[in-house]
Amino acid sequence: MASFSTTATVDDPRNTLGDGEILPPVLTGGGDDRSGPGMPDYATRLRRARLGLLVLLVPIFMLFVSFTSAYIVRQGLPTLDPQTNLLVKDWIPVKLPTLLLVNTFVLLLSSLGMELARRQFRGEAVLASGDAAPKISSTEQSKMPWLAMTLVLGLLFLFGQWTAWKQLAASGFYVSSTPSSSFVYLLTGTHAVHLMGGILALFVASIAALFGRALARRSIVIDVTAWYWHFMAGLWVYILCLLEFAR
Amino acid sequence: MVGGTGGGETITMSTHESAVHAADAHAAPQGFIRKWVFSLDHKVIGLQYFFLALVAVFVGMFLSLLMRIHLIWPTVALPFFGEMQPATYLSLLTMHGTIMVFFVLTTAPQGGFGNYFLPIQIGAPDMAFPVLNMLSFWTTFLGFIVLLAAFFVTGGAPLHGWTGYAPLSALRSMPGEELGADLWITSIAIFCLGALMGALNFITTTLDMRAKGMTMMRMPLTVWSWFITAILGLLAFGVLLSAGILLLMDRNLGTSFFVPLVTLNGQLTGHKGGSPLLWQHLFWFFGHPEVYIAILPAMGLCSQLLSVFSRKPIFGYKAMVYAMLSIGFLGFMVWGHHMFMSGMSPYTAFAFSIMTMGIGVPSAIKTFNWLGTIWRGRIRFHSPMLFAVGFVSLFVTGGISGPFLAQPVLDIYLHETYFVIAHFHLIMGVASIFGIFGATYYWFPKMFGKMMNETLAKLHFWLTFVGAYAIFMPMHYSGMAGQLRRYSQGTEVAWIKALTPIQVFISIAAFITIGSQFIFLFNLFWSMWKGKKASDNPWEATTLEWITATPPPHDNFGGRTPVVHNGPYEYSVPGAPKDFVMQTDPEIEPAH
Repeated sequence: MASFSTTATVDDPRNTLGDGEILPPVLTGGGDDRSGPGMPDYATRLRRARLGLLVLLVPIFMLFVSFTSAYIVRQGLPTLDPQTNLLVKDWIPVKLPTLLLVNTFVLLLSSLGMELARRQFRGEAVLASGDAAPKISSTEQSKMPWLAMTLVLGLLFLFGQWTAWKQLAASGFYVSSTPSSSFVYLLTGTHAVHLMGGILALFVASIAALFGRALARRSIVIDVTAWYWHFMAGLWVYILCLLEFAR
Repeated sequence: MVGGTGGGETITMSTHESAVHAADAHAAPQGFIRKWVFSLDHKVIGLQYFFLALVAVFVGMFLSLLMRIHLIWPTVALPFFGEMQPATYLSLLTMHGTIMVFFVLTTAPQGGFGNYFLPIQIGAPDMAFPVLNMLSFWTTFLGFIVLLAAFFVTGGAPLHGWTGYAPLSALRSMPGEELGADLWITSIAIFCLGALMGALNFITTTLDMRAKGMTMMRMPLTVWSWFITAILGLLAFGVLLSAGILLLMDRNLGTSFFVPLVTLNGQLTGHKGGSPLLWQHLFWFFGHPEVYIAILPAMGLCSQLLSVFSRKPIFGYKAMVYAMLSIGFLGFMVWGHHMFMSGMSPYTAFAFSIMTMGIGVPSAIKTFNWLGTIWRGRIRFHSPMLFAVGFVSLFVTGGISGPFLAQPVLDIYLHETYFVIAHFHLIMGVASIFGIFGATYYWFPKMFGKMMNETLAKLHFWLTFVGAYAIFMPMHYSGMAGQLRRYSQGTEVAWIKALTPIQVFISIAAFITIGSQFIFLFNLFWSMWKGKKASDNPWEATTLEWITATPPPHDNFGGRTPVVHNGPYEYSVPGAPKDFVMQTDPEIEPAH
């Protein structure tokens, strides 16, 4: 006799507050863009999305670990000077534009805004369920446009990075000028591409309201994007330190 | 009560825990496009991966056929290529290796069977992220198309080998290394993205979607192998992606990550200071785990098949799990053994050598446990079992030459010879392919509701098994005699010319073996339409895919979630009414 069970599929955002709650297995997959009857409940989808994000961060981490190892190896390599037939260093340290510090401040500020947006959406999701949980403070239920602020700051950061690139080029450091400048463009560019992914996710979550998407689903997108955003902020600080202190 | 069959009998599925809410099950898509093309169903996606790999393997085999023809009849005009030039030979070699490693050995066992059966075997209704799953397939498909496009652009396909060694791969030095090489790198980068999406899904699904009672130590070894493979992919493909980005920058933006000061046609290229060895380090940090990405799923499947068809529990389940974890872990420690030729410090080489031989320990544990599993079993020699035994044979034969190549002193002599070709084709190529064949014959009834023709399957096995040995065993000897790999011809050299009879023998064996694959192809498609109808559990196996209907319904278990009470390999349990106990049957007291 084989045994089976069926599971409830309640789309109840209140479950998100039940940290550590062990939920029964669910009827369908659908941690991404699906909803409707038969879908797992909110808590399960949030937990699954967070786990998926954690797994996603691993290859991104490995990508930058790989770039870092290449950076260190390449920095120590000599090259043959065809004029003198001697081994010389072709690594010319790049003086980073001061603008990058401003950009760093902007990104960290956006990370703060992202966290406030995440808490705000979580609070709204709970309120929408009709039963405010004691964990939700009045701040979290405020109507401040944290998400819009994060989006604007994210775009401002990207614009700042673009401007920093132009400043680098103006000072004679192009992508192929010296291996150190190659790495500056590589690391900042790859980070920017990843941040664009976060901006895209926020943009989708923002306009999803216009198409009547459930608040619970948008809340999940905001939540995982927030953790991704924080990772991107931390990653940027690491990249800046690498480029500045390991020149 | 839901009907299912176990061992030809109807088993009863208790639904006492709660009532069935049929409306809860999300409806299966009806339109052709959503059902079969842009499907979110892991089973359809698994089939898409399977058929993509099937196309890829025949393309890859065709390329090897052309190479084998050229090796023994160098002046004969070949279809599409005419009389083959050395550069053309190199481009065939490159594309053969790339297609086989990425789009067959990585795609079929993980993307194909893993996608189809991992959710079912853990009692889940689908993958964790179905949209991402669909994207991962179509990304992989795009990567395959981009790779094939390299054949049709000006200059043709690249000739730098599947390892893409710089600076050859980093310079626009000759036809093939122009747009074709850019497409090759782009294809690999796209493939990496697809593989990473897949790995994300496999890991999340395994960790988060197991049915009640399906503890980690009750998971079938197939699931463990897919799970560990996904972790390896997650760690390895990001590194390959990074190397590909750097290589594309060297080729297109004038950077010098991998290209040292070098002249081309007497002119300085403008690059300087780059390190070809840096490419090798990054590539092999991916490349060696890739060997296990290819073979771990076959190990898991082989364990499954040996247990099912010996009617015995797997010998040392936990040891098998820990051995796979050890192999995966050690796989990241040994990339340097591919680089003994690079002039690395002997102390470094010694460390890589010791670590490499260390992999022999968990590999031996697995092998002895496989033998322990079939020892005194009531063996049923169905075709899946034949391929499983064939896998063990090939794994041992291919693996035994590993410790030879792990010796830096021996490797420096053997590295550029056919000995290495024999080694990695047996252990990474053919052994994994035997796993894929075994999986196909084993799960075909579940996937298509029909049985494959057993006579044709056995004929296919024996021809392939004997053929594989006939092709690759002589390569050990020609390699030891100094036959160089990657060369389209070497007959101007007397001692290489003396090896021609071996080349002829290998080519003839290859023709027969490749021809015998059409038996498999015929059997596959013929059985889909004309095969004998399969019962729900034709092999009398215990894992969850055999408790559901054949083929499985859209949500796998018809609106229910199985509850697991037993391990995956409960065969010949004393006192049990049958010689197998399903994972969902009431809990038994294990006697072992």
